[in-house]
Amino acid sequence: MKKLLTYLALGFVGLFMLLPFIWMLSTSLKAAGDAFVSFDNPVKALVPREAHPENYAKVYDVTRNMGGGFARWYFNSVLVAVVVTLGQVTTSACAAYAFARLRFAGRDKLFLGYLGTMMIPGAVTMIPNFILMRKLGALDSYFALMVPTMFSAYGTFMLRQFFMGIPRDLEEAATIDGCGLFRIFTTIILPLSKPALATLTIFTFMGNWQSFYWPLIMVNRDSMKTLPLGLLSFMGLYSTQWTLLMAGSLMMILPMIIVFVLGQKWFINGIQLGAIKG
Amino acid sequence: MALSNQRRIAGPGYLFLLPNFVGFLVFTSLPVLASLALSFFNWDLFGAPRFVGLQNFAALLRDREFWRYGFNTLFLMLAIPVNIIGSLFLAMVMNQKLRGIVVFRVIYFMPTIVAGVGTYLLWRWLYNPDYGLINAMLRVAGIEGPKWLQSITWAKPALMFMGFWTAVGGYNMILYLAALQNVPLDLYEAADIDGANRWQKFWAITWPMVSPTTFFIFTMSIIGGLQGGFEQAFVMTGGGPAGATTTISYYIYNHAFAWNHMGYAAALAWVLFAAVFVVTLLNWRFGGKVVHY
Repeated sequence: MKKLLTYLALGFVGLFMLLPFIWMLSTSLKAAGDAFVSFDNPVKALVPREAHPENYAKVYDVTRNMGGGFARWYFNSVLVAVVVTLGQVTTSACAAYAFARLRFAGRDKLFLGYLGTMMIPGAVTMIPNFILMRKLGALDSYFALMVPTMFSAYGTFMLRQFFMGIPRDLEEAATIDGCGLFRIFTTIILPLSKPALATLTIFTFMGNWQSFYWPLIMVNRDSMKTLPLGLLSFMGLYSTQWTLLMAGSLMMILPMIIVFVLGQKWFINGIQLGAIKG
Repeated sequence: MALSNQRRIAGPGYLFLLPNFVGFLVFTSLPVLASLALSFFNWDLFGAPRFVGLQNFAALLRDREFWRYGFNTLFLMLAIPVNIIGSLFLAMVMNQKLRGIVVFRVIYFMPTIVAGVGTYLLWRWLYNPDYGLINAMLRVAGIEGPKWLQSITWAKPALMFMGFWTAVGGYNMILYLAALQNVPLDLYEAADIDGANRWQKFWAITWPMVSPTTFFIFTMSIIGGLQGGFEQAFVMTGGGPAGATTTISYYIYNHAFAWNHMGYAAALAWVLFAAVFVVTLLNWRFGGKVVHY
């Protein structure tokens, strides 16, 4: 009996979480006119009178003259998210290794500096970064979209914590065998850190996929936009085409849902790893 | 000998750090200093920057809009305790050995995962006064819903409710779940023997035992809240109606990137930074006193 009540409560909350997504899917399948009916009954509102899956193809068609449109935005989003994620994980891992294992002057002070910047609001650095990119003539370029975001204090911090937990014996044995620091890094540290690297990769990829403020400031041309920006311009032009807007939104968030469902174990671990720091 | 040894280690050490350090210097450290310097100038990006000393900060104190948007920012943060209580409650319901619980965890986390322009568009459509799902549901109860995002009264609560949906089953719930799993079961068993009821057990055991987590979540939420509100408002309301959903971060964006007031925007950003810094300090200072068990 108590179990049943718990399931009922869980199911009710689940419905609350899912209902907006069901509404999104339902709208994306409706005929354009059917979205504009004032319903007095949510069930009627949620079930499309007839299914129009061609709405999804239409999103690509009607945006094509916006600098390549949805297909181009998708390409840009994938490219930027993949490159920036690889860049961030690589630079973070190298720096984390230096902070965790190597001795050099000013190491700990520098690390504190990294930590300190994590609480600086994005708006503080955004303005000079915009001015810098403008001076370099790099606005509206992949360079501006990708390069400045490839460095992460958070990633460095998280990986350093993880590297510190790896026992040193293996490295000492390798040093005696004549392994250099780079070999130790690639053959011992990195393979042992797969869980942390997987977690950081997933977090970074998702963060970049949804990234909005940075691209908003860095690019203006339609052909350089990533999905969130593209979707926004799409809304600007077709502000009443809710069937298409929902189809576009759904196509944008779908990769997130897939990545999350497949990698949810890493995700949950990561949250606990990042927050409850040792 | 010792010196040459140290050098051998120092060289590669710097090399490993170099890429990250250069990026960090160019795109974080120097910009922080640059924006501080910029806050003492007036500059529209086109002419030459003009040094104005502390005038931007003085102007800010007299800026009625600054205070109004500061108020909006704080108002939206009133949702924080509600979100926290919601997350704790959910975590307590989920902290049971039940079959299929993982499925619920994935579903509850979903809004957090996809939060962004896609869900902001979705909620804009949900809140549509005539054709949206929310008012359709209210009509069942015979209520004609308000105009939500177009209403000065309802726009803020609408954004707060969306925020609740986004966050309640997300990071904070996972943190609470981990905290609850660390509470020793014998505490509850002892309380059972003493005949404590559920309510008493919550206040005497659960609440104090999870207080470090509550404190952490509260702190992070305040820091996030002070800087928040830009993206949602930009996509859903444009900061309106009549500025009702413009927050400080939105105001900074407007000055910097819509009106080209680089100096004033930098001053605003530094005031925001100062606020975040003060909260962080207060946390370090008083953190230990709130946490008890």
